[in-house]
Amino acid sequence: MKDELKELKLTVNGRPYELKVKAKTLLVELLRNELKLTGTKVGCLDSACGACTVNIDGKAVRSCSVLALQANGRKVTTIEGVADGDKLHPIQEAMVEYGAIECGFCTPGMVMSAKALLDENPNPTREEVREAIQGNLCADEGYVKYIEAIEIAAEKMRGGR
Amino acid sequence: MEETFGNYSVIGKPMPRVDARAKVTGEAKYAADIELPNMLWGQIKRSPYAHARILNIDTSKAERLPGVMAITTGKDFGGFRWGWSRETRDEEPFATTKVRYQYEGVAAVAAISEDIAEEACDLIEVEYEPLLGVFDPFEAMQEGAPLVHENRPGNICVEYHWAFGDVDKAFAESYLVREDIFQTPRMAKGYIETPAVIAYWPGPDRLVFQGAKGSPYFPYRILARCFNLPLSNVRVIQPFIGSDFGGTKNDMTHCDFAAPMLAKKTGRPVKLVYTQFDTLTTDLRRHPMWITIKTGVTKDGILKATYLKAVADGGAYTRMSPLTMFLVGTCMTLPYELPNFKYDAYNYFTNNPSSAAMRGHGLYHSRFAADVQLDMIAEELGLDPVDIRLRNAIENPKPGEVYETVNEVHVATCGVKECIEKVAEATNWEKRKKTKKAEGHKSYGIGFSAATYNGGTKLSAHNACAAIVRVCEDGSINYLTGASDVGQGSDTVCCAIAAEVLGVGLEDIDIKRVDSAFTPVDPGSYGSRVTVHAGQAAKNAAEDARRQLVEVAAQQFSVTPEEVEIKNRQVFVKSNPQRNMPWERLVRIACYETPGKVIIGRGYSTQGISLLGLADLSKGVGDIGTNYSFTAQAAEVEVDVETGVVKCTDNSVIAHDCGFPLNPPAVETQVQGGSYHQGVSAALYEEFKMDQGQTLNPNLIDYMRPRAYEAPMSKVLHVVTNDPYGPFGAKEASEGSCCSAPPAVINAIYDATGVWIKDLPAQPEKVFWALKAQKEKKQRKK
Repeated sequence: MKDELKELKLTVNGRPYELKVKAKTLLVELLRNELKLTGTKVGCLDSACGACTVNIDGKAVRSCSVLALQANGRKVTTIEGVADGDKLHPIQEAMVEYGAIECGFCTPGMVMSAKALLDENPNPTREEVREAIQGNLCADEGYVKYIEAIEIAAEKMRGGR
Repeated sequence: MEETFGNYSVIGKPMPRVDARAKVTGEAKYAADIELPNMLWGQIKRSPYAHARILNIDTSKAERLPGVMAITTGKDFGGFRWGWSRETRDEEPFATTKVRYQYEGVAAVAAISEDIAEEACDLIEVEYEPLLGVFDPFEAMQEGAPLVHENRPGNICVEYHWAFGDVDKAFAESYLVREDIFQTPRMAKGYIETPAVIAYWPGPDRLVFQGAKGSPYFPYRILARCFNLPLSNVRVIQPFIGSDFGGTKNDMTHCDFAAPMLAKKTGRPVKLVYTQFDTLTTDLRRHPMWITIKTGVTKDGILKATYLKAVADGGAYTRMSPLTMFLVGTCMTLPYELPNFKYDAYNYFTNNPSSAAMRGHGLYHSRFAADVQLDMIAEELGLDPVDIRLRNAIENPKPGEVYETVNEVHVATCGVKECIEKVAEATNWEKRKKTKKAEGHKSYGIGFSAATYNGGTKLSAHNACAAIVRVCEDGSINYLTGASDVGQGSDTVCCAIAAEVLGVGLEDIDIKRVDSAFTPVDPGSYGSRVTVHAGQAAKNAAEDARRQLVEVAAQQFSVTPEEVEIKNRQVFVKSNPQRNMPWERLVRIACYETPGKVIIGRGYSTQGISLLGLADLSKGVGDIGTNYSFTAQAAEVEVDVETGVVKCTDNSVIAHDCGFPLNPPAVETQVQGGSYHQGVSAALYEEFKMDQGQTLNPNLIDYMRPRAYEAPMSKVLHVVTNDPYGPFGAKEASEGSCCSAPPAVINAIYDATGVWIKDLPAQPEKVFWALKAQKEKKQRKK
């Protein structure tokens, strides 16, 4: 019973998939183990660290805390789907240019939280930026440059730079 | 942001990190991301008891489970033991006769899926005889207490007694003598990436190991000894590392032994990935410490003597405790002049998970105690916190001179005074101190501190490192290193150093990271040593390659090599820059003109303390660092006097003397991160709650780590001192601010409320009760 396979249709990074998965499969397991999209990281499986953050229909979601089947019929974007070919997304560009990235383990989740924020709210206050990445634990860089990089990206996306 | 330093082409100005693009696109592969054909999954069987004798391990049921391919127990390792040093090899890959902490590994399984491996672990039957345990150093030191190691009487893991000058005489002559007791918490290292490893055997006597190890040449050596292999046959290939703050990702975990052993048994690659639960219950932790500090000063606040007693919980095994206890004491004579110093260190075995190094290793405990006590002394004497620090701070030695402390620590450059002055100025200290701020139930206060950290740590055994700079025939360059970047940014600065020396751009250097089959050996990422030593190796290797190319250029231009300059990919004669050629052309001539050269530059680290000999851990004499960073910090806090919740405000300034900022933004993130994640977090947030060896908060919800919402937007000010013992003047960046943050925050809480929190962390409950007690005391006085 627990291993019975269920049908799942979803779009990941613009590509449609029709798959069969176990009901208990987490979205993060589907992404990493089946689709080999290992840019999405696993830190805690408790929805506490945010390393597994992806976007589902534009919202930032911890992929360790939803079942793959819950993404049925939805559009999932992972870190692999953020850049436009070789051209980095302004959020990615700002994080690279501004020196926000240290070990990089939290970076994919941080980018996905920032993207969900800026897609919804192009002109966030600093408090809103902080709030958007509140669920993303970083271990080493102190958040300062992440916050500033997201603000720089927001300005750039609004056409300010 | 666009601040630049020195007159260089590449270094001293902001540069994007060489690994940032791979990390921001998700392309960077960490250990858990690696998958190999035919791979098996491993799982560890762990002990539910914190202290128990193992009577029997029965694996027969597990072996019969379909899908199980191999099981290993400690017996397979033939009595192998390992440790941080030859003298401290007290740990087995898996416990065979006794477990000494809860969830210590006793067996491991390899199976065709994670689920089956987990199920098989449940089927392994282990018979235990539970034993009484000891769960803090004060229990461990009792006469007749249960012994963690039968051959270690009194549960003593480390004991040092140092004395420099005459402390008793100095106390007798002091105007004021204060004694206080402080406490630092039991803390997680805080990396989000859990230990993970994949191992396989390409031949019967050849091992390949890819693990989340910040110091990959630790497992290289330990696994060679464990499996009786020559080092030449152990191939450690380094993936990207999701942070490492000392300890677990330096030396070994159960999975690092399980994967190679299970791979050997099955002939297939075996992968193990720890859960965060595994990490938070079994990985190495920062030592909790109880610190008694007695300090004597003159009427003017000049330090005369300090007596320090540190009692630490070492946990179940020795690990790095001998070094920790050394580091707690060694830098007490910095960053202030201290003519008399006495230190007693006691580290006890307990039935808790082992303690070990963590960012700010050792110095953080004693600097917290000393710099909070300095504020207490200042208040008693009616002195300003900045003033008392400036009165005692060590002067920057003149070029060519070296400052020697009473315990023979040697400092060639010291920017602490400049750091203190810069922070005081940036925070408008004089004015700020006089204006008391309170809004409703929020009270605001500001605290000051100063600190040091030893960079370029050198220990005993093989401590040299090297680099290879390979100039390809088209002018592109490979930089081969045995050093690991666990996030600190050393890959980038080492590439930048090579580019600077060769006269090319950062984009021309392609780094080849650790693959022990090809890269030169390196001690590892610890003790803020990588930029200092691997950076010097990179510089020397690039200079070697440059020398070879300059000789060719000199022939071409018919000048002496001294007259040749290479800058911005142009090779020219210094006195006549019109005579020039592009870098690519010079390389091509060198490679193709008969008989033709292969340009390989080699360089070693030679810098530092070898001149003065290695430190004697037991006597506390001498240097363990090559050079010393200095930091000053001011932190403002907002205290909710009704709830006890303390938060750092954005009014936070840190000045750091890293010698020379090779990549200024990287220094800033290092200093900001070190301060917040491992400093402020110790002061305000993090602590493992324990009960009889059981960790009560082993997840990232109940174990509170600092997040973005509470993060102070700390401003970092650079202080440049150009240290002669670092590449281009560089010292360490980040560990200093781990040490300066806790005292700054605790001093700020006092400024805001008049309450001293001497045992960290100042979690709301603790602050609430302290404020309540203060209020009741005031009422009684009325």
